[in-house]
Formats: sequence, C-alpha cells, structure tokens
Amino acid sequence: MLRKSVCELYSNLVTRPTGAAVRCEIEQELDRIGDRALTVIDFSHVGLLDFSCADEIVAKLLLQYVSIDAPRQEVYFVFRGISESHMDAIEAVLERHQLALVTQHADGESRLVGIVSVKERKAWEIISQLGSGVSADVADAIGLSPADAELMLDTLWRRRLVIRYDSAYVAVGSAAEPMRLDA
Amino acid sequence: MTTIINVPHSLEDKSFEQVLDQVAPLPLDEKIIVDTRHARWASPYGLTALLALAQSRAERPVLYVPEAENVSSYWSRMDFFKHAAELYELQGRVKSTKAAETSVLLEVTSISKSDDVHDVVDKIQQRAQEALVKNLNLDAKITMRFTMALSEVCQNIVEHAGRGGWVAVQTYTWRVRLGGRKVVVIAVADPGIGFRQSLESAPGFQRKDRWDDGQALEETVMRGASRFRDPGRGQGLAGVRRFVGNWDGKLSIRSGTARIAVLPKGDWDEDEPLVEDLSYFPGAQVQITIPERVT
Repeated sequence: MLRKSVCELYSNLVTRPTGAAVRCEIEQELDRIGDRALTVIDFSHVGLLDFSCADEIVAKLLLQYVSIDAPRQEVYFVFRGISESHMDAIEAVLERHQLALVTQHADGESRLVGIVSVKERKAWEIISQLGSGVSADVADAIGLSPADAELMLDTLWRRRLVIRYDSAYVAVGSAAEPMRLDA
Repeated sequence: MTTIINVPHSLEDKSFEQVLDQVAPLPLDEKIIVDTRHARWASPYGLTALLALAQSRAERPVLYVPEAENVSSYWSRMDFFKHAAELYELQGRVKSTKAAETSVLLEVTSISKSDDVHDVVDKIQQRAQEALVKNLNLDAKITMRFTMALSEVCQNIVEHAGRGGWVAVQTYTWRVRLGGRKVVVIAVADPGIGFRQSLESAPGFQRKDRWDDGQALEETVMRGASRFRDPGRGQGLAGVRRFVGNWDGKLSIRSGTARIAVLPKGDWDEDEPLVEDLSYFPGAQVQITIPERVT
C-alpha cells in the first residue's frame, strides 16, 4: 500500500508541468513497490487544483493503470481529502477521458465518481455493501445473467474500481482502512 | 516617420479598438508615440493591452504618460509604469506612490513561465476572499473557482503564446449597464502567435473552406480544440466557460481580427457573441468579468 500526500510537493496544484512532476513522482514510487498495490492519494492539504493539473495528476495517472491492453501494473487508487472545488476539476477531466475513480470521505463513506453506467454503479454499490461479493450476488441483485454479471465485474476490475481476489471482488475504498495487497 | 496614436479618455476593451485602428495599418518598424496624456481611466484590459502593444512593435515606442496626477498615480499603483519603462520610452512625469490600492487584486504582472502562474495564484488567494465575498457579495465558493479560472487563462500564455504576456485583476464599478454594480475583472494579454496560428501548428492540421481568426476562436473556445493531440488538452478554457456561466459572468477573447464572447444570462452586457473584421492585433487578449451579486 502506498500513501501519498500530494501537498508534500506543492500546496497549490496548478499548471501542467507541476501536475506532470507530481504524477511522475507517484509513478516512480509505485514502480518501486511491486506489481499490485492499493494507493491512497490524499488531497487534504492541497489548496487549489486546476483543470490542467487535474488532467496530469488524476486522469493521466489513472490512464496508466486502466489501460485495457497493457496496464502498467495492477494498481488501485482511493482519493481522499477532495474538496468541492477539487471535484470541479476532477469531474471535468474524468468526463473528458471517460474515467471513474473512488473517493473516500471523512465519515469513511466511499463514492464512485466519473463516468460509469447505471448498471456498473449498481454493481459496484452491491459489492461495496457486501464487503466482498461474487458475480452471482450482482446477477441476483440487478437481474443480470451470470455471464453478464461476470462481464460487468470484469469491466469494473479492469477499470480498477473493484479488486479481484480469485473469483471474488472487493470494492475499492469499501474497507475502513486500505488493505495490504502484496502477498 | 513617427505616428502619434491617440488613446481615448477611457481605456477598456472596446475603446482599445480605437488604438488598434490607428496602429494596425502601420509597418511594424514605424516609430509610434502612444499618447495617453488625456487618459482619465484605464481598465486592467487597457493597461495589459498597452504593454502587449509595445511588445508587438519592432521599434521601441514612446509613451506620453497621463497628465492627470490621480491617473498617473493609479497606473503606478497598478505597477504599469514599472513594466512600461522596459518596453516604452516614457515621456512626462510619472507620479509614483507607495499607497496601496484596495481595489487591485493583482497588479499588472508578467507571465512567461509556469512559476509565474504559481506566484499569481499564491498572491491572489490572499486577497480574493475579501474582495469577492465581502465586497462583491459573492458566495465563498467562488474564491477557489475564480483562482482556477485565473490560473488557466494565465497558462494559455505559457502554453500557446510563444512569448510572455501580462495579467491584472481589479474590482471596480461597472457603469455601462449595471447601474453602478461592482465587478471583478481579470485581464490577460499577450502579443504571441494567437489562436489561429496555434491551431495551425497542430500535427495534421487541415485548413477548412472558411478558416480565419473567428473560426479559430470558435473551435477553441466553444469546441475545446487544441493544437495538441492529447485529448486532455483544451479543458482549461472549457472550465473557464463553465465558471463564468455559473456566476453570470462574461468571457471575451480577442485574437487576430476577431473577438468571441461568452455572454451572461442576465442582461448586464450587450456585446455580440462574435465580432470579426477588427483591426489586426497579434496574440490573445482575454477578459473575464464577474458581477457583484445583488440580493
């Protein structure tokens, strides 16, 4: 597990070069910690996040790890300390790149943010409520065939919104504290 | 040959066109004297555009400074003369003052690299909250969004202009339509390559049947086009558009021979969405206006 407080680098995250520098640092740390990781990106002490920086830090970071063909590593992200103004920039870049992510709030509640279909969101919420679930749980709850439910969870896994353990899934951010994924 | 350019008494985005109408026909290397002696007022747009005008000339121009002491003093407090002295040959008495100008959120500031944008953001955050929330009666939520918009328009200079430019932010009373309502105005001006040339530098760019400055502004401002292939590009101005829409503000961008405006929903401004066939001026000049909230 990697915890990274982005304000260690800058208090206001503005401009594309700043965003690229922060992202590169996070990527280098992820490269060092193995092939599978859950990462908490904490914006609690970030004053301003503008669109250009959000594109570099959030969107381009996620794009590295949700690539269908060749993801860089199996890395999951939980974003904490996101303010309303941060969210303006983050939602804009997620929409632009058709991405989604999980935010975790002070009360421990996690939310799915960005571009997801109604059924994807429903499936994620079911897995999140259960703590851990399999495709049959999703199939029963939202009326999908077992094959379609498995496909749905596979899609959520590829988007790094659920973590796969053998045939079971855990929603990213559903645990009170991030789990250690490395064996 | 030297040509005298008469600057109108009130210098803002619209009246600056009178300056450009005089300058545009002249060869770049022709000496000009920019005569501001009778100026009575200048908006942040007027001041930043005057600096961009000097940058755009091959021959260093002369600036006759305003005769009215209060005007000269105010331009000093805006740091205009500090920068103008580098670009113009100043003639006349510059009234210097150390008094702070409470309406100024950001003095005229040079932007040429990313660090300048960080400095601007750091500086304005200290002043924006009070000016926007207390003086303009706006919701506290605006402060961060306002600074985001400022950051994005400044970055346009760094990313696209190809040379340095200027930014200034001020609150003042808008007398055109608002009947004395206060506004906060961000003005950003550069004499760089402009929107059309920036888009033309995109890999694989193909000229359309109709292709001019107005079309380039529409593509960039309304449709998020960018010279970069990266699909993440072009979000900054889209974000600025949303910001002005949410706060009943106005965004206007002039580049080359055209000016595009994202107009407020309210009726406090009567500008045209797109004005073409203006006198040519290089680069881009951006103005964001957010009005006071009236309860």
